[in-house]
Amino acid sequence: MEHSLYLILLFPLAGFLINGLLLGRLNKKLISLIGCGSVGLAFLWGLKTFFNLLAVPETERIFNEVLFTWIPSGIFKVDFGLMFDPLSAVMVLVVSGVGFLIHVYSVGYMHDDPGYGRYFTYLNLFVFSMLTLVLADNYLLMFVGWEGVGLCSYLLIGFWFEKQSASDAGKKAFIVNRIGDFGFLLGLFIIFWQVGSLDFAVVFKQAPLVFAAGGTLITAATLLLFVGATGKSAQIPLYVWLPDAMEGPTPVSALIHAATMVTAGVYMIARSNVLYMMAPTTLAVVAIVGCATALMAATIALTQNDIKRVLAYSTVSQLGYMFVACGVAAFAAGIFHLMTHAFFKALLFLGAGSVIHALAGQQDMRFMGGLKRPMKTTFITFLFATLAIAGIPGLSGFFSKDEILWKSFSSDYGSPVIWAIALFTALLTAFYMFRLIFLTFYGEPRMDEHAKHHLHESPKMMTVPLVILAVLSIVGGWVGIPHVLGGGNHFEKFLEPVMGKMTTGATGGHALTSAGHDTATELVFMIGSVLLILAAIYAAYYLYLKNITVVGRIRQRLSGLYKVLYNKYYIDEIYGAIIVRPLINGSLFLWKIIDVMLIDGIANGVAALIGYISSDVRGMQTGNMRTYVTVFLGGAIILMGYFILR
Amino acid sequence: MIPITHYLILSAMLFAIGVTGVIISRNLIIMFMSIEVMLNAANLAIIAFSRSLNLMDGHVFVFLVMAVAAAEAAVGLAIIINLFRNRESINADTFSLMKR
Repeated sequence: MEHSLYLILLFPLAGFLINGLLLGRLNKKLISLIGCGSVGLAFLWGLKTFFNLLAVPETERIFNEVLFTWIPSGIFKVDFGLMFDPLSAVMVLVVSGVGFLIHVYSVGYMHDDPGYGRYFTYLNLFVFSMLTLVLADNYLLMFVGWEGVGLCSYLLIGFWFEKQSASDAGKKAFIVNRIGDFGFLLGLFIIFWQVGSLDFAVVFKQAPLVFAAGGTLITAATLLLFVGATGKSAQIPLYVWLPDAMEGPTPVSALIHAATMVTAGVYMIARSNVLYMMAPTTLAVVAIVGCATALMAATIALTQNDIKRVLAYSTVSQLGYMFVACGVAAFAAGIFHLMTHAFFKALLFLGAGSVIHALAGQQDMRFMGGLKRPMKTTFITFLFATLAIAGIPGLSGFFSKDEILWKSFSSDYGSPVIWAIALFTALLTAFYMFRLIFLTFYGEPRMDEHAKHHLHESPKMMTVPLVILAVLSIVGGWVGIPHVLGGGNHFEKFLEPVMGKMTTGATGGHALTSAGHDTATELVFMIGSVLLILAAIYAAYYLYLKNITVVGRIRQRLSGLYKVLYNKYYIDEIYGAIIVRPLINGSLFLWKIIDVMLIDGIANGVAALIGYISSDVRGMQTGNMRTYVTVFLGGAIILMGYFILR
Repeated sequence: MIPITHYLILSAMLFAIGVTGVIISRNLIIMFMSIEVMLNAANLAIIAFSRSLNLMDGHVFVFLVMAVAAAEAAVGLAIIINLFRNRESINADTFSLMKR
């Protein structure tokens, strides 16, 4: 207990309990204080533990803490154990740090909402679950956090449950996640069946002895775990819930559906890197799925008009990037991008929330424009986040994205095809993000007169978190500057105890940079991609600001393609037709035919038959006691006669 | 010494009287008394056998039956009193609720 890791969990849990049990009995000030304070304290304690971690030598950088034995059942023993190693440290700091900023922002954003206390209760529960997920030292406890964040996601998407679309979106998210969780559980079963334990330490140590590398079992286990990851992290085929999740309050989208929860899948795969390294087939699947998702979501984002939907598809696309990194065995790069993405995507969402707040709920970019002047702080911070996500050199997104691009090319598991698609996606990302900027902040204001008068910059409570996140979006990448640019890539080195030397050895890093031409190649790639991204930004500028009529003409020329993209490849409709409809029809059949007609028919039929028979027989029951006695006597005499005369 | 058959005949007669009483009477009290007669007829038969066979078992049985009869009398009379309070009648034929 020397590090008191449990305190990191205890603060948000206490906040959840206090706010939840005293719901509606506290005033708003106190609710905000408890809600934000608990997460802030968790962050501070995480920070303190992080420095403790840095103080010990690299090989000993893991703090374990078993609070109690949770399930003692024969050979199946699970502890409520916490673990703080470099990977957990990064996740804890991101979750509680970004979480704290978003809590503060929410104080301003949700100020007039009648469900204020409920909102902070859910949010604290979410932070608690997410921290459980990242601090767990075994798969089962991780699964508890995994389900907990799913529950909070459901509760917060459907926060405005009086709106039909919001409650539907909540249900969709929950059900789609359940499908993924099923795969996750099956994966755990295989691991437990083979290894006999779910502790990370035991599993990762035993796995190479128990599983044959590249064998069926390890491939199946890792694939099933990946199914869980596709559900939580919104990858093909289970990504459909994330865009709908934008029905929730915008800070929720920022915290849960951009910065933290959706990255749980990436975290889980990075955590299980030992297993994934043993299953090259799975790695290939992960890379391909990530790649396909990144491209598909980016193309959809090109045509959407809802500001939050563009960001939602962008999130799906960026998550695809992280999976590409994991798929080419560059787990550290994936986590690096996870961190920088948490900064700039949270900022983008909060900025979008600020815009929506100013426009009194308007989310359609066609009715925005010209917001640069009235909303200076929002605009500047938003611009930095956009530059970061587009991959402009010097900002955080550049380093992490470039790392992934380079590794997808140079890694033993990478391939030029994946690299090319990832690069193309990066161009699309730059294009649609600047489309968003130009439509929202530049050009002529397109909102109605009434809304124009109400335009105002958001209160301090909201802009301060924006500024802090903007700073993080800029400097957040500096911890991982690659060797070619003279950096030390400290981030990757920091994660080495978890990810193993293997990743760095095989992918770029020391081994490859020592060879001269690879440094040159990496530099050429870097410069090339930056130039292409600048071109994409110029294209967005040309099409959406300078020469607006061209867009219409292109749209007409490619109306078929545009329609497909605008309707998101009709994926929702396809799922509806091949999965949801048959399920509903099947259920209707089971209900109307099997249940009502067959099962109820049998039960009611038996009852009716008995009733029919009894209606004749019951004449014997006269209710007259003397009759009964006579019959009784007659029976006794007959019995007696039988025994005597026998 | 009186032979056992005499006792048995008396017992059978008492029993028959009891049965007849239960069947033909409508008055609950009479029916109740008839049941007591039947019980005592049985007691008599048991005690007669016990005496003629020189066994003590019968005595024990009879004590048991008497104890049960006493308890049954208490409960039965309580039921009858309650029935009377509710229905102002102790006519067995009026209590035929099971027949609709």
